[in-house]
Order: sequence, then C-alpha cells, then structure tokens
Amino acid sequence: MAFKIIVCAKQVPDTNEIKIDPVTKTLVREGVPSILNHDDANALEEALKIKDVYPDTHITVITMGPPQAKDMLRECLAMGADDAILASDRALGGSDTWATSNALAAVCRKVGDYDLIFAGRQAIDGDTAQVGPQLAEKLGVPQVTYVTEFAIEDDRKNITVKRALEDGYELIKIKTPCMLTAIKELNVPRYMSIGGIYDAVRHDIPSWGAAELGVDPDKEVGLLASPTNVYRSFTPAPKGKGVTIEGESDKDVADKLIIALKAKHAI
Amino acid sequence: MDFQTSKEHEFVRKMVREFAVAEVEPIAADIDKEHRFPEENIPKMARYGLLGIPFPKEWGGSGGDNIAYSIAVEELSRVCATTGVICSAHTSLCAWPIYHYGTDAQKEKYLIPLAKGEKLGAFGLTESNAGTDASGQQTKAEDKGDHWLINGSKVFITNGGYADTFVVMAMTDRSKGNRGISSFIVEKDFEGFSVGKTEDKMGICGSSTTELVFQNMKVPKENLLGEVGQGFKVALSTLDGGRIGIASQALGIAQGAFDVTIEYMKSRRQFGKRLADMDPLRFEVADLKTRIDAARLLIHRAADMKDRHEAYGPQSAMAKLFAAETAMHVTTKCVQLHGGYGYTKDYPVERMMRDAKITEIYEGTSEAQKLVIAASVFGR
Repeated sequence: MAFKIIVCAKQVPDTNEIKIDPVTKTLVREGVPSILNHDDANALEEALKIKDVYPDTHITVITMGPPQAKDMLRECLAMGADDAILASDRALGGSDTWATSNALAAVCRKVGDYDLIFAGRQAIDGDTAQVGPQLAEKLGVPQVTYVTEFAIEDDRKNITVKRALEDGYELIKIKTPCMLTAIKELNVPRYMSIGGIYDAVRHDIPSWGAAELGVDPDKEVGLLASPTNVYRSFTPAPKGKGVTIEGESDKDVADKLIIALKAKHAI
Repeated sequence: MDFQTSKEHEFVRKMVREFAVAEVEPIAADIDKEHRFPEENIPKMARYGLLGIPFPKEWGGSGGDNIAYSIAVEELSRVCATTGVICSAHTSLCAWPIYHYGTDAQKEKYLIPLAKGEKLGAFGLTESNAGTDASGQQTKAEDKGDHWLINGSKVFITNGGYADTFVVMAMTDRSKGNRGISSFIVEKDFEGFSVGKTEDKMGICGSSTTELVFQNMKVPKENLLGEVGQGFKVALSTLDGGRIGIASQALGIAQGAFDVTIEYMKSRRQFGKRLADMDPLRFEVADLKTRIDAARLLIHRAADMKDRHEAYGPQSAMAKLFAAETAMHVTTKCVQLHGGYGYTKDYPVERMMRDAKITEIYEGTSEAQKLVIAASVFGR
C-alpha cells in the first residue's frame, strides 16, 4: 500500500531582509529574496523521512501563490518530493487565511487520496498559524498542531506524535487520514540534491485556477470573499533604553532589583 | 550567446552554498590548524550528489554539467579550499578518465561507486623527477601475461591517503617515449600498493597529499584504462578538465576572501569613518571584484565548451592561469585590507592566502598553462 502525503508549503519573503515602507505601511517586497517557509521545510522533511523508510510513499507539495512560487515548489522537488501543484489565479489574490484554506482544501480534494497532510506551523510573513488548522476543519480530518516528534507504526494507520505546549508536551495517538503542523524542533530539513535539482527543473508543475478548483471567487476565495483584511502594517517604536543594575555582588544586584520593582509596584 | 544563469545553475549555487556554510565552513579553520582530512564530510557530500556532478545518472552521477560542477567547487572553496580540491581531484582526475576512456565493465565496477561518492578517487601522474615534464615517468608496468606488474612511486597525490580508487600512469614501453605510457585503474587494496609519506604543506592543510608506492603491484589485465600507449593522452586530456576544477577552486578562494573582506570593511572604522567609505580602498575593491568576475567568465566558458564537446584545452589553461593569479592577488590584497588582523589566524583571509598559492602550481603551473596557451597561438 503506497502511503500518500500532501505537504502544504508557502513561498515567503526572507524575513531577515524584510522592511516595512514607512510611508505606505506595506511590506517592501522588492529585492527581497523569496524562500521556502522554514516550518514548511520541516513539514516536508518529515514526509521525506517517511519516504526514506517506505520508498513507495508519494509526496505531493501544494501551494497557493503567484507563478513564481513554482521556484519554491521546484526546491521541494529537488529535496525529494514526487509532485507539486500550484494554485494560482488572479481570483485567488488577496485571500486571507479563511479564503486560503478554502483554496487549499479544494486542491486537497482534487488531489483526492491522502493519508497525511503536513503543514508548517505558520508562515514567517503572516505568523497566523491558522491555515493548517482551518484546512483540517474544512476537510473534516483530525489535526495535531505544533508537532515536535512523529512516529508511524508499521500498519501505517496509527501515528504517535508529541505536541509542544507552552509548559509541556502532549503525547497523542492519531489515525490517518489526519493533518499535522510541524515546528522547527521536529527535524533538520535536508538540502536539495544535485541530481534532484536536474529532475526538478524538468518536472511539470500543474497550475490550477479557481475554475479548475471549483471555488467561487465571490464567496470562497480572493479579496472580496475574505472576512478579514490587513488594515495597516507598521514597525513598532523601539521600547527605549533599559536600566542596567550594577552592584558589588549578585545578592547586591538582586536586592537593588527587588527595591526598584517594589518602587514601581510591580511586585 | 547566453550569459543568463539557468535555473539549474542558480539552484546548484544556492544548494551548495547552504551546504558549505552549514557543514564545511564551521570546520574549515580547525582542519587547517590540525592538518586533518575532513573525513566526516565525504558521506555528506556523497548523499547530496556532490561527488558525481557531471556524470549521467545511469553511471551513478547527478546528471549535471561542467558549469554546475564548477559552481559546486567554487562554493565549497569559498569557505574551504581543502574541501574544494577533494571534490575536484576526485571528480576531474579519477572519475572523469574512467567515464571517458573506461569500458562499460570498468564504469560499472569503478565509476558508479565513485560518482555516488561511495568510493573516493585520486590520480597518480607526478613523480619526483617527472613534474611539469610528465613524460619522464619512471614507474614501470610490465605485461606478465595474465596481469600487469607495476613498480615505482608517485608524489604529491591529492586525496592519496583516503582514496579507494586511483588512475595511475606508468611506462609500458620506454623506447616509445610519451607513446609508451599507459594508464591503469588501481585499488588501494591491491597487493604491493602502499601510501608513503604525507606532505606537510603551506596551505590546503586538511587535504591529504601523499606519496604512493608500488612494489611488485599486481594489476589485473582488465584494469588497463584506454589502450596500451594511450596513457599520456589520457593524462593530458584529464588535466584539461582538471584545470576547470582547480580554476573553480581558485575562484572560490578569491570570492571567499573578497566576501569576508567586504563585511570587515563595513564594520572597521579608522579616522572616524568606515573602511568601506574610503575612496582608495573602494577603488581596490572595484579592481578585485572585476578580476573575480573575469575569472568566473573564463571558467564558465571553458566548462561550457567542454559540455559542448568542443576542444577547450587553451580555454581551460587561460581560465586556470587567470583564476589562480586572481586568487593569489585577491587574497594578498584582502590580507592587506584587514591590516594586522589579516595576518592573524583569527581571520580566515590568512588561511585563504596560504591556500591560494597552490592553485598557481598544481595540475600544471602557471608557466605550464602559458606553454599550452602559447602553443595554441604559434602551434607546437
């Protein structure tokens, strides 16, 4: 039985180099390199690790984005994914997380058969962490977010995952089909391989628009159908300089800190 | 004519740079200091197809071309020239002659594991008295009916102490001069094979440069590479390709020194301003940048000609000559731009300057490149 996995990925601007235009209050995307979203690389790596163990596994990477997002998909293919699909259409532009998950759910339904859907926890450009969970809801499959460990049993039906919480972990048993979101602690993504690159650039990547996906641009996807929109982006003003407490000894410093906090009624 | 970088090459550069920065750069200073061969990185390079780039997939390779190979050696050498030459000597000097001159059986047995990186390769031509004058081979191969018997020794063999497979030149008929040289595929486990002295070098200190000793070494008949008497041709054509590898190594060293120097110049302040804002230094940087770019264009042209199966000997000689001199020039200037810090081992330009020198010497000295280039102008 071949194991079928869908990996959701997003092409994002490299946040190390991102700036907000102080006048227009929008992200400056010009000249900023686009990369595969970090958490999505972890999602793909986990799928590839399953394929390392079960070579008959088939991995399809899906994304919604402009035509140049194919570059990111080719990178995923060069890392070892089997297929890639781009959802791209002007009618999909301006989608918020709700509309995006509608489009991705339509892609998953069109792909059809899947045992597992992997997504990154969140994208570094929006930081919402909403698309993965929404996608699972819309497909009616169980989900586990913040997956930090993953193990699959030999029957390929039962999965044990460790879910990272703020103050601990949950160990969860789950059955396929299901949707999991990956965090960076899950694994270390592999590089592309040279041979993979040569296959990837020749690989045919289908591009599906709203019509092929059967989604309604007025009600399900795109700017008009999105219940939320970004009102304004801005760079928060710096907090200002902090206070450095110095003293003779650690105890002395701690005493001064306590006094200062009490004076401000913080404790 | 198309100067636009293809998607493949763009991805290859991105991939090798990520690999080099994460896996190679962190150990580069240590292996130099400890004179340690970076054994742990060989399986990693193999996994990602870095040890068989220009060979077809059916022979275990990555299905790439010589420009991709050049980019990979450049990017590895940008952070560690030792790692660059491990890849270059393995690919150009051992896997390539087997790919080009080998029989299907030889390719099956030797090329596939080399291209997959399961085995490491090396090349034995130079002897203590046969350097640039490679025709003075003293190593002798005698036909013993059911095997070849090889006696002699080789010096300055890159990857010598860690390679599994060697392409070795030996004299089969001294009366015929250059036409009496033949080439052989030798395994490190052959009876009579041993690794001699390991050289203590100025640069590329992590690279294993050794002597090879053949004492009544028995080589199976089927390990003759090419025809009897074809060895000199095998060696020269192999070196034509090797020059693309070494030129790429030199380019990588220059680019690496340049990149760290630019960062240094942006942060270092003297006389109340950044070095990056001082015009005489900016002029120097403009000159270095131009030379590096020119070297890259010469190399990519030679690699492209090789991919098109055109005669590219003089072009690869020009690429190697220019890139090697560029590496020496750029690294020397980069040390200068760092001032006193550049002379210390706390900054990588000191290592890069030592590493650069060898590129003017091995796989044909700069003078040997000029002989090749001049011969293409005047005829031999």
